[in-house]
Amino acid sequence: MRDRSFIVAGLVLFLGLVTFPVWYNVAARTDPGAPALARPSAAGVRLLRRGESARLLASEPSCVAPREYMRASHMRLLTEWREDVVRRANRSYVAYDGHRYEKSFTGTCLTCHGDKAQFCDRCHTYAGVSPTCMDCHVTAVVTP
Amino acid sequence: MSIDRRHFLGLAGLSALAFAARPSLDGLEGPASDERAPAGTRWAMIVDPKKCLALDGCTRCIAACHTAHNVPLIGERRHEVKWIWKERFERAFPSDENAYTEEALKGKLLPVLCNHCENPPCVRVCPAKATWKREDGIVMTDWHRCIGCRYCMGACPYGSRSFNWDDPRGHMGATPASDYPTRTKGVVEKCTFCEERLAKRQRPLCVEACPEAALVFGDLNDPKSQVRDLLRTRHSIRRRPELGTQPAVYYVI
Repeated sequence: MRDRSFIVAGLVLFLGLVTFPVWYNVAARTDPGAPALARPSAAGVRLLRRGESARLLASEPSCVAPREYMRASHMRLLTEWREDVVRRANRSYVAYDGHRYEKSFTGTCLTCHGDKAQFCDRCHTYAGVSPTCMDCHVTAVVTP
Repeated sequence: MSIDRRHFLGLAGLSALAFAARPSLDGLEGPASDERAPAGTRWAMIVDPKKCLALDGCTRCIAACHTAHNVPLIGERRHEVKWIWKERFERAFPSDENAYTEEALKGKLLPVLCNHCENPPCVRVCPAKATWKREDGIVMTDWHRCIGCRYCMGACPYGSRSFNWDDPRGHMGATPASDYPTRTKGVVEKCTFCEERLAKRQRPLCVEACPEAALVFGDLNDPKSQVRDLLRTRHSIRRRPELGTQPAVYYVI
């Protein structure tokens, strides 16, 4: 047991190095908070109901699902929409609040969330995911 | 009440026999009715070559389709992508079924596109179920699911399917049409009869773009439709009828 001091010192050094990112972030006071996302620009995509005026629609911001659900599960919703539109030719979505929307990424989602760099990309980069949606679906110009 | 061994074994044997014989009784009720009545719509297109040839060198149907659907323009013929294009009559109709009736069309360029067959060979061979026939007859492709094996291209006798050998985004204008997706490298694509427009009760783009109204689109299941009227009154031919694919694109001559 003559090497005890070397072993203990080595272990301490190893633990220190492994946990370095934690120490560093504590010391540098890095903010691990969620990225700031661009606010949706407009609300006017949902289909008008009978007797509704377009003005009422524009003044009332709403999404296809509650914010918490969209934050956590928007990809699931988009996949469902994709399957419905492509494989079942079903394009109409009734939201949780009874409003009707067209199941369309470019036609519905991007009408409000048009700023890909400030909205989609910020969170995707933060979460370290790279969805392939925009490889095909055009986000550059949005015609409502 | 008690039951002895002999009786029990007999009952068990009878039960097993009855259980095994059950499936054979299903056949007695008559064949399962798979064939549904032709309900709903069955989309079809009629090409009138005489009207099409009236405007020499017109390619407006192709331009309208390819621009709106973000079809890449690739110079190299081996890699080109096409949804609707012009083919010489002899190449489009190689079987030469009615040699003298079709004499006037020899050497002429006719518009060809996916035939949206009643028996689509492409659908039979797709291992990913990425292409299938909808109830309204449209042969659809799910580009999300396509694995790019190109079996469908080998199966299609009309060459209606194109493979993206390269990223198509590099072969179109700087800003692709925003309301239709592009495709990616490694995906097979073809005409969809403008199903995204049909959903909005609009006619396919090529039909709307034709200045001579040489393309007619409609429902084959509706006896009063224009397509049925044309098929009733004019002689029509289809591409490669001997293959039994039953194309939904007719050429009236």
